[in-house]
Amino acid sequence: MLMFAIKRLGLALLVTFTVSIISFSLVRMTGDVATAIAGEGATEADIEIVRQQYGLDRPLSVQYIEWSGKILHGDLGQSLFFQRPVSEILAEKLPVTLTLGLLALGFAVSLAIPLGVLAAVKPNSLIDRISLIIAVLGQAMPTFWFALVMMVVFGVILRWLPVSGSDTLAHFVMPAIALGYYATPAIMRLTRAGMLDVLSSDYIRTARAKGLDTHVILFKHALRNAVIPVVSLAAVQLGFMLGGSIIVESIFSIQGVGHLALISIERADFPVIQGIVLVLAVFYIFLTLLADILNGWLDPRIRIS
Amino acid sequence: MTDVAETILSIEGLSIALPVGGDRSFAVEDIDIKINSGEILCIVGESGSGKSVTSFATMGLLPKILNPSAGRIMFEGRDLLTLPEKARKELRGDRMAMIFQEPMSALNPCYTVGNQIEEVFKKHRRMSASQRRSQLLRLLEEVKLPDPERIRSAYPHQLSGGQRQRIMIAMALALDPKLLIADEPTTALDVTTQAQILNLIKQLKSAHSAGIMFVTHDFGVVAEIADRVVVMQHGRIVEQGSADEILNRPQHPYTKVLIAAVPRKSGQAGRSIEDNPVALLANNVTKTFHTPGNLFTKGRTVHAVKEASFTVRRGETLGIVGESGSGKTTLVRCLIRLIDPDSGEIEINGIDFAGLNRDTLREHRKDIQIVFQDPYGSLNPRRTVGDLIIEGPVNFGVPRAEALQRARELLKIVRLDPDCMDRYPAQFSGGQRQRICIARALAVEPKVLIADEAVSALDVSVQKEVLALINEIRDSFGLTVLFITHDLRVAAQICDNIIVMKDGEIVERGDVNKVFGAPEHDYTKSLLDAEPGKDWVIPEFEDNTSV
Repeated sequence: MLMFAIKRLGLALLVTFTVSIISFSLVRMTGDVATAIAGEGATEADIEIVRQQYGLDRPLSVQYIEWSGKILHGDLGQSLFFQRPVSEILAEKLPVTLTLGLLALGFAVSLAIPLGVLAAVKPNSLIDRISLIIAVLGQAMPTFWFALVMMVVFGVILRWLPVSGSDTLAHFVMPAIALGYYATPAIMRLTRAGMLDVLSSDYIRTARAKGLDTHVILFKHALRNAVIPVVSLAAVQLGFMLGGSIIVESIFSIQGVGHLALISIERADFPVIQGIVLVLAVFYIFLTLLADILNGWLDPRIRIS
Repeated sequence: MTDVAETILSIEGLSIALPVGGDRSFAVEDIDIKINSGEILCIVGESGSGKSVTSFATMGLLPKILNPSAGRIMFEGRDLLTLPEKARKELRGDRMAMIFQEPMSALNPCYTVGNQIEEVFKKHRRMSASQRRSQLLRLLEEVKLPDPERIRSAYPHQLSGGQRQRIMIAMALALDPKLLIADEPTTALDVTTQAQILNLIKQLKSAHSAGIMFVTHDFGVVAEIADRVVVMQHGRIVEQGSADEILNRPQHPYTKVLIAAVPRKSGQAGRSIEDNPVALLANNVTKTFHTPGNLFTKGRTVHAVKEASFTVRRGETLGIVGESGSGKTTLVRCLIRLIDPDSGEIEINGIDFAGLNRDTLREHRKDIQIVFQDPYGSLNPRRTVGDLIIEGPVNFGVPRAEALQRARELLKIVRLDPDCMDRYPAQFSGGQRQRICIARALAVEPKVLIADEAVSALDVSVQKEVLALINEIRDSFGLTVLFITHDLRVAAQICDNIIVMKDGEIVERGDVNKVFGAPEHDYTKSLLDAEPGKDWVIPEFEDNTSV
């Protein structure tokens, strides 16, 4: 198991390296950085000064090594707009987005897996139909519309929940549901399909032949096998939620990374954008690594070849 | 079997209804079976005879759509059919246990085998962890698994098929059940492994005095282990009696048909093909597989085929016999260049097949055609039989109308109705599909026909017909046949010459009578020795027309 985890870690580091190169070149490919920094109306001479000040006249490889060395020390550069270190800004915003993402995933998983299991145990039953309706709705309904409906009902009419901000956990309830609901259908349908598949397998028949109780068959023998692909999907979904929370954050006025990304793009604040891309990518890689290790723990065929 | 044996299981007048709309209304109808302690009762029949349904009904594992509609299954004084589900669960795994056909998929891949056996103790007995462990080790030893300490913490995928089946047997025996049900437990195993498992089951019979219900389609297995035999056809029992009565003096015509269809060890030998020209020549064909290593794991090298050399004459049937992993399939794939051999010469009708480049290879591919094992998987379910057969010739430039005309003739040759050209594969039985596969192979007028386990998935009576068909087309088309099989009796019946493969190497070759009559290599001897029912002299009947 340890060997397996080390292997995966090695792969993850390799991917991180690749991502850092992409992130580094992204900004340099979209136009001349010095021109962007110098701003509108700058003369050729001004741009040249900026180029020299920022060291942009040196070879790319030298720039990359310097840049990545700084990153390893937690220095993501200086925001052009805020005039503060990017790492500082991100440290403020990231916990908000992480809380939102994790809560959303928690909501999605705790709704999707039980419903998926129930639907598989009794296919074509009422509960299967209901879960199908939930899935179709989740897939079809735009997140922003769902969020607005919730705001009107629970925030304005019933006054149960705050409609904007990120001060308390109560502020996160509706955003997390809005964001998590979008991920629910895929997880639920995959759980259902996996369970249906596993429940008709030979080893479930063996388990029944041993006289085991239904709950042991269902949760020890079936769910563990069925949930393996779900783990990978959930990791991807969480990564997606982290990156894709822009809409939800904007609607609920949550000052998270998504919101930051939006305004930074508007202001062409490239060090911030670069920092966000890099940090989210690393998160994504970390999640995939986590999912891989979790799957290795669940399924011995993955960890012992 | 003693005279005072107690009756353990008594099935009385059992009928199980099939869902409305099937081709018959009962899966099994009005069957009576008794099993005594310390005896092995074999239930024999072809696919669809209801033998598995009977065993599953006894165990209480029928799929929901099948429901017993009449009769009783008496076990330890109680009728299982009226027992509430909770009470049945108490019985399963404790008083009655079951072994299944597929050891590969019958164990949960996520848990160690030790964990899965201990589950039986946890469910049915109150035992401490150390008691469970010592019982587990005793069981693993009893089923003759090496190094029980290590096996205990192994996962299913780390064990071979035979080892997994031993685990299943250990699991079934865990609480010393009165009734053991075995549903084709050796069908998926190699012949030498099969012999060991059958041996084990025989020993258990005497050691545990359990009654054993053994479901099989293989009369060789019946001859090897049965005390009594029940023969089923279309959901009904047609005959039952002692093993000696059924095997040597069967009364019912269907039993006679089944026994007549069992392949005999004598068959082809003695045809003169010595003067025919060589159709296929293989010289030092070698294929080695390398699994590349990486930073963390070492690469692996498997010598799948080691310097195989042989010749096959026109009109000859050469049998390639070996157990799984012996390299017989890799050899054949090399011959037809589905995979490229590393070295060696292959000549088919004088054409250097190994040296052909991509374009010329395509042209000559039609000279060598193959019929695969699985008649269900090897026909595209969305194309009509006609389309399937003409695809090859049309691809090689034969006008469609002409190809269709030829396809009709071929269907007649393989004894199918030419009017079934517009039907889909799903509408045919396994045997009929295999005929379609043969017709498809013949459509491009090959010189060499390869049958890769082509009859292994078929019932004996169907198997017999397909074998006869292969012989017939070989003679009428002047074909050369390479017949790959793990079944020695089938090989003996159809082949002129045999090569025996083990670990990628040809260990023995010669004509059928020599290889099977006076084998030289130890491996061949052990294969022949492992053949179930080898001491049974199959009776000949005067009237053994096919079904």
